Amino acid sequence: MTDPALDVTGIGVWGVPLAVASGAVRIGTPFLFVSLGECLTEKSGRVNLGLEGTLVMGAMSAYAVSYYSGSAWLGVLVAGLVGAVLGSLHGWLCSLPRVNDVAIGIALISFGTGLAFFLGKPFIQPSAQKLPAIDLGFWSSSPEVRSALQINALFVVGLILAPAIAFLLARTRWGLVLRTVGESSDAARSMGYRVNTVRAIATTCGGFLAGVAGSFLSLFYPGSWNERLSSGQGLMAVALVIFAQWNPVRCLWAALLFGASSALGPALQSVGVSSGYQLFNAVPYVLTLGIMVATSSASRRLPGQPAELTVAR
Amino acid sequence: MNRAAAEAVIIRVVALIASMALFGAFVALAGADPLDVFYQMYRGSFGTSFSVQNTLLRAAPLMLTALCTAIPARLGLMVIGGEGAMVMGGLAAITCGLACSAMSPWIVTVAMALAGFAVGGCWIGLSGALRAYRGVNETISSLLFNYIAIALLSYFVEGPMRDPTSLNKPSTRAIPAADMLQSIPGLEVHWGLVFGLVACVVAHVLMMRSVFGFGAAIAGGNLRAGMLCGLPVRRMMIIAAVLGGGAAGLAGMAEVAAVHGRANGSLVTGYGYTGILVAFMAQHEPLAIIPVALLFGGIGASNGLLQRVDHLPDATVAVLQGILFVVILASETLYGRFAIFRPREERAVRSAVAGAAPEAT
Repeated sequence: MTDPALDVTGIGVWGVPLAVASGAVRIGTPFLFVSLGECLTEKSGRVNLGLEGTLVMGAMSAYAVSYYSGSAWLGVLVAGLVGAVLGSLHGWLCSLPRVNDVAIGIALISFGTGLAFFLGKPFIQPSAQKLPAIDLGFWSSSPEVRSALQINALFVVGLILAPAIAFLLARTRWGLVLRTVGESSDAARSMGYRVNTVRAIATTCGGFLAGVAGSFLSLFYPGSWNERLSSGQGLMAVALVIFAQWNPVRCLWAALLFGASSALGPALQSVGVSSGYQLFNAVPYVLTLGIMVATSSASRRLPGQPAELTVAR
Repeated sequence: MNRAAAEAVIIRVVALIASMALFGAFVALAGADPLDVFYQMYRGSFGTSFSVQNTLLRAAPLMLTALCTAIPARLGLMVIGGEGAMVMGGLAAITCGLACSAMSPWIVTVAMALAGFAVGGCWIGLSGALRAYRGVNETISSLLFNYIAIALLSYFVEGPMRDPTSLNKPSTRAIPAADMLQSIPGLEVHWGLVFGLVACVVAHVLMMRSVFGFGAAIAGGNLRAGMLCGLPVRRMMIIAAVLGGGAAGLAGMAEVAAVHGRANGSLVTGYGYTGILVAFMAQHEPLAIIPVALLFGGIGASNGLLQRVDHLPDATVAVLQGILFVVILASETLYGRFAIFRPREERAVRSAVAGAAPEAT
């Protein structure tokens, strides 16, 4: 499994930190979008584990739309809309009494990935229009550095989106309603807000962002559609949001950290570490687990944690 | 049959029919004839003796991986790490089987089963312990453990334990044919099916008929109440997680000892994820897992015919499982909506209340 984008053998051992840094941005971008979506959903007091399915579905639909229309950005938009539909499905199902949001999330992982694999069969071979990259490495003569500094416009969007969502949550009326619903559904209900509607809207928006994250996977990096495209990013986002303490700006840093840890294995492999790299593939998961062990507590609520949230308990 | 059980069965059957209708509409949109699809599914799962055996073969690991979700669920834990426990159980079983290959086949089989159970149990038990003592959400941790288990499997299979003669598909060395888990006499189905059936019955007795199961039901229904009763809730959580993980580890052992004879990438089967669905559909009741596992084993067994005869992609079964999963969980909302399933006494009280206060909802 040699990875052309992370192939840094030309500049020796210095390739490892370079590959890790570029991987942080490249691999971190989908983490960023999913975690922002999950953050928004969880702030309303509900958890959507189904974002993993949403991500795969978004990746497939983005690739298909880009293949047929020739416009990658249209693919991104459609992926977001498909994600929003799956998100609203989650939101609606969880509005029914007695329906558990965690279980429905697991079901939607199964449904989303199954549907994506079914519909995506014809798109495994053909090559679709990819998202353009912003070339930040123009100053360098080294092709390795140039390819490592290809930044996608979606990352820039994410950079703007993280503080924007933080502002939305902290400083606007909408954000206040959302947080009220997440902190105490009784209080929100007594103020006349419809709890289930607010949560459904938050889940729908979260689904949109997860769909966009999927489109990044299939249209930029790794940049193709196949059934092994997602490796649990949608689920790790849930842990990532806990790590980021439900703060969108911290989600940005957490996503970069996760991206960097995911890039470590392939980077070492490309400089000739041939044994044990399989273990490095587990680094993001071990890191997630370590973070959860370090930050969770059996006896108290975490700072920033919405009180209505069940999954962090 | 009492009314609560009838309610559970009828709601499940209605959900099943609704899912099949949705699935029929889906394959019709995909250009296949739904009636033919259903017929092929029947033929591929229960229609011939070959397909019945295929169904049984697939149902066996599903019973065990479903227990991995169902047993901890009685305590309110939502464990979805069956896949990882199965992989680790298989890996432990092959290690043990290769280490004691000099002994008699019986001892090897027992040792492999114990190793699979123990390592699978520790794997999920760790998830349970993290929940009990650190408050780490067990759903996410057990899921992360799945990915870690798969990375460990590929490390051992491609690294220290690799059989140098396995070129295209890295594998460990194989256990001798004499040490493999044999078929049940008269069937082409290996003893893993008996493991599954026995495990479900034992789990039923433990969870429904024992003091431990009663305590688990209290703590699962209301954690604080359980603690106030003086139940050792944390220890019980870990025990439940170990038992569930052990069952899934046993599934991995059967997969290694009866099917492949060695450990390789084929150990990542997806049975762990289907097992979650089986457990939810069986409402975490161990005896109900048996028929549900047969049903899903049948769905899996029909996959080949759907591809060959109806020219549907191999993900068709995944779509059906996804639809079933969503519809069955959504059908939980139907509980208590129908007066006919309420106990007679409650209905009498309700109608009296309704008569006294007609405006009450």
